[in-house]
Amino acid sequence: MATDLATPPKAAPKAKKPKRADKVPLGTAVLRYRWLYLMLLPGVAYFVIFKYLPMYGVTIAFQDYLPFLGYSGSPWVGLKHFEQLFSGPDFARLLANTLILAALHILFVFTAPVIVALMLNELRVNILKRSIQSLIYIPHFLSWTIVAALTYVLFAADFGVIAAWMRDLLGDTTKVDYMAQEQWFREIVILQQLWKMTGWGTIIYLAALAGVDPNLYEAARMDGAGRFRQMWHVTLPAIRPTVVVMAILASGNLLDSGFEQIWLMTTSLNREVAEVFDTYVYYAGVQNGNFSYSTAVGLFKGVAGVILIFGSNWLAKRMGQRGLF
Amino acid sequence: MTTMTETKPKQLAVNNNSSAGSRVFDTLNVVALVGLALITVLPLLYVLAASFSSEPEIASRPFFLWPEKIVTEAYEYIFATPTFIRSLLTTVVVTAVGMVVQVMLTFTMAYPLAKRYLPGRTLVLNLVIFTMVFSGGMIPTYLVVRDLGLLDSYWALILPLAINPFYLIIVKSFFQELPQALEEAARIDGCNEMGVFFKIVLPLSKPIIATFSLFYAVAIWNDYMSPLLYITDSNKWTLQILVRQLIATDPAAALSQMDRTWVPPEQGVKFAIIVIATLPILFFYPFLQKHFAKGVLIGGVKE
Repeated sequence: MATDLATPPKAAPKAKKPKRADKVPLGTAVLRYRWLYLMLLPGVAYFVIFKYLPMYGVTIAFQDYLPFLGYSGSPWVGLKHFEQLFSGPDFARLLANTLILAALHILFVFTAPVIVALMLNELRVNILKRSIQSLIYIPHFLSWTIVAALTYVLFAADFGVIAAWMRDLLGDTTKVDYMAQEQWFREIVILQQLWKMTGWGTIIYLAALAGVDPNLYEAARMDGAGRFRQMWHVTLPAIRPTVVVMAILASGNLLDSGFEQIWLMTTSLNREVAEVFDTYVYYAGVQNGNFSYSTAVGLFKGVAGVILIFGSNWLAKRMGQRGLF
Repeated sequence: MTTMTETKPKQLAVNNNSSAGSRVFDTLNVVALVGLALITVLPLLYVLAASFSSEPEIASRPFFLWPEKIVTEAYEYIFATPTFIRSLLTTVVVTAVGMVVQVMLTFTMAYPLAKRYLPGRTLVLNLVIFTMVFSGGMIPTYLVVRDLGLLDSYWALILPLAINPFYLIIVKSFFQELPQALEEAARIDGCNEMGVFFKIVLPLSKPIIATFSLFYAVAIWNDYMSPLLYITDSNKWTLQILVRQLIATDPAAALSQMDRTWVPPEQGVKFAIIVIATLPILFFYPFLQKHFAKGVLIGGVKE
């Protein structure tokens, strides 16, 4: 503690970056570090082939791509596929479904880990805290297939536990197939996300909370702050930067509904509310072979995501937070 | 003086964390968190119990954690079908091979990136980070995999996911914190960078190798999208695809059981396949848990 006080943070000026080893010609550098470059090669090849080739591949969004003509031979059609998307009957529905799921996600799934982390942080019995943490992390490691399967066996109309409880609760004797019904789709999807993601999401906030100086609580107590006021004035400000960073990251994924989960939960009966950009890309592209149109949909989503992430980063900085970049 | 001695204990009593209000808060908090833990675990325990119970019991009892009579017919049925055995073997092999390939690629790429003096390092790092913000998307990636002739090949389940950029950056940060003196000593003894990497760096990295091996293994084991996209041959189904087929369709059809006289325990099979697909993850969970929090935290550190 004493050393902390002795060297206030301001007193430590940012040291200038140590100068790079004197600039050498490229050839010399390659020769000198040949082993390092050799080690770098497979990884770079991976990123070029599986990340940057597909980025080049988005050019087919502006073509009428035909597999036997290839990227270079297929005719250019400009913005045709984008016009088709924006003026088509599906766009409004896709956008609405995607945005509603995103809004529900932010409202419940994004905030739940913050709340649970605050609750865990107040838990003074260490063994209890650790056991609860270990248990609520588990679903993170289960696949969406398993989560969907669990949902199915719990909600199944004929033998599902939750379906039976709902019947008792509502005094209803009809067997409702929750998995197939439009009106239950969003509730179930958000419940799944809460179950799978909440525990894991707490980790990063708990880490931020572990760094809070206990003296601050002491001081707050001296000033007469109760548990809630301590939480409000000490704990919450301490995790605000983390929340902001997580929010920026989440904003980039706003249009990402999560392909696997939604695809697994989509049935022919709930498609109207279930279909989102992610699943639509698969449906139109891989299943129906409209590669160009489907790529255009994906590109729209990707670009919107990049704009969102940089936009919210800018906003965070405007609001006096640190941001990501 | 007198006022001091009077107010001090009083103040402590009011503001101490063991006041009545504080105790109520603590109690409610514990109750809520225990409830949360139960909601997390009870569905899994119920599935385990139901997988060992008879069809009538699943249909009639709403919720139970112990079957009236332990029955293994669902497991017997599943393990008697070639489809299941094949998909289980496929998944195990793809997971094992994929894990090795992915860990090797990630660690060899992370090491040079950890060398601050390497010309071009920042460029490569930025290109990697950019892929975390923007990607070509599902269809262009699908076309690349197709053009490489990987459709219906098990490599399609491994190579497109070969390096997770988040893991790469965590491993890079880890390498940067290794003591440089050891490497320099090895270099003086005549080791080249390759030798330093294999003889000094990797042995020092055992715990982090174990961590990311498990992470990669879990990701491949759980992957549903890649086999859905790239595998059309039902003989090459993975476990996750089979789980989906069993839950969504009629189990007998999904498992293509030849012996039609044996009626499958329809619900039991669904519970049993969930247990089987989950078991390896839960088996390795304690090992995973030991390391992941640290991994997540290093990942949060900025360059």
